[in-house]
Amino acid sequence: MASLRDIQTRITSTKKTSQITKAMQMVSASKLNRAETNAKSFVPYMEKIQEVVASIALGSKDVTHPMLVSRPVKKTGYLVITSDRGLAGAYNSSILRYVYKQIQERHKSNDEYVVIAVGRVGRDFFRMRGIEAIESITGLPDQPSFADVKEIVRKTVDLFSEGTYDELYMYYSHFVNAIQQDVTEKKVLPLTDIETSGGRLSSYEFEPSPEEILEVLLPQYAESLIYGALLDGKASEHAARMTAMQNATDNAKELIRTLTLQYNRARQAAITQEITEIVGGAAALES
Amino acid sequence: MKTFNVNIVTPDGPVVDTNVELVSAKAQSGELGIMAGHVPMVAPLQIGAVRLVSDGNKSELVAISGGFLEVRPDQVTILAQAAEKAENIDVARAKEAQMRAERRLQDNKQDNVDFKRAELALKRAINRVSVYEGKL
Repeated sequence: MASLRDIQTRITSTKKTSQITKAMQMVSASKLNRAETNAKSFVPYMEKIQEVVASIALGSKDVTHPMLVSRPVKKTGYLVITSDRGLAGAYNSSILRYVYKQIQERHKSNDEYVVIAVGRVGRDFFRMRGIEAIESITGLPDQPSFADVKEIVRKTVDLFSEGTYDELYMYYSHFVNAIQQDVTEKKVLPLTDIETSGGRLSSYEFEPSPEEILEVLLPQYAESLIYGALLDGKASEHAARMTAMQNATDNAKELIRTLTLQYNRARQAAITQEITEIVGGAAALES
Repeated sequence: MKTFNVNIVTPDGPVVDTNVELVSAKAQSGELGIMAGHVPMVAPLQIGAVRLVSDGNKSELVAISGGFLEVRPDQVTILAQAAEKAENIDVARAKEAQMRAERRLQDNKQDNVDFKRAELALKRAINRVSVYEGKL
C-alpha cells in the first residue's frame, strides 16, 4: 500500500490538473459561443452568393467558365482543415484518419495528389508520412476573420485555375451540436453541384456580360465555400475541446474520490496500528 | 421619393441594412446609379466607395473592396469581401497599409505577382483613407 504522503501528493497534483482542465473547458465553451456567432453571421453572405451564382450559372445555359467544367483528373487537391493545438479529443485524429484512408484508396502514387494543410496538426501528420503540404497555414486565430484566411483561400482557388490540380476536395469537421461533430468531405472544385436553395431563380441583366461576372463571382463563391468550412471547423474544434476537457475534469474528480478513499483508509490503518501498539505496550507493562 | 432596401453583406457579417433613395457605386464598367424600380441586374464592383443617399440629401459612404452588386426590384444587395462604413474605418491601419504597399511597389517592380498584389493593397488602402476623410 502506498504511503500517506504518496497519496497526498497524487491528490494534490490531480486537483491541480483538474483545475487546468476545468479552466480550459470554460475557455473553450466561451470560444465555442463566439465561433457559433461567427458562423451565423456568415450565413447571409453564403446564402446570397449561392443564390446569385445559381441563377447565373443555371439561368443562362450558354454561359460557361473553367470552374464549372469538369476536366480529366490528373491530380487531385486535398484541403485538410485541422487545429493547431491538440487536447481536443478525437477532433484531429478522426479527420486525418479519414482523409488518409481516402487518399490511400484513391491513389497509387504520391504524384497523383497534393495536400493543402490548415492547422499544424494536419501539416505535421502528413509530413511524418513523407507528404509535404504544398501550402499550409498555421496559427489561425480562434475567431478567424475573412481577412485572416484570404491568402490561403485565394491560393487554393488559384492553384485550381492554374491547373496544379483538376479537382479539389475539402475535409473538415462539421459542427452539428456541442457533443456531435461529423467529419465531412466536400468537393469544392469544379463547381459541378451548385445547390439552389429556395429555387426562385431570377433573370438578370448583366453588366457588362455574364462571362465577366462569372469571372469575378465564381472565385469568390469558391472562396466563401472554403471560408464557411473553416468557420465550421473552428466551431467543431472548440466543441470537441470543450467535451474532451469536460471528460478530463470528470475523470480527475473520480480519481480524486478514489484516492481520498485510499488516503482515509491508510490514515485509519495507521491510527489503528498506533492504538494497538500503545495498548500492547501498556499491557506489557502491567503484567 | 421612393425608397428601397440596401444590404451590404461580407463574410464577417452584414454591414449595412437600410432604406435609401439612391445607391451609387463604381462598377467595373463605370459608375452606376440605382434608384427604386431598377431592372434586375448583376454587376461586379471595383474597389471604391458606395454612396447611399437617403432623405433627399443625406449621404453615407461605405468603403468596398472587391465584390458585386445585385439589383432586384425591391432590394439591392452588395456582396463584398470587405466593407466598412466611414466611421468604422481604422484609418491608422489603412495609412500604414498604404505606406507598406507604396514601399513594396518601389522595391520590386520586376516580380509581377507581388506587384499586382501590392497595387491592389494600395488601392484598398487609399480607398479606405479617402472614404474616411469623406473626399469623393
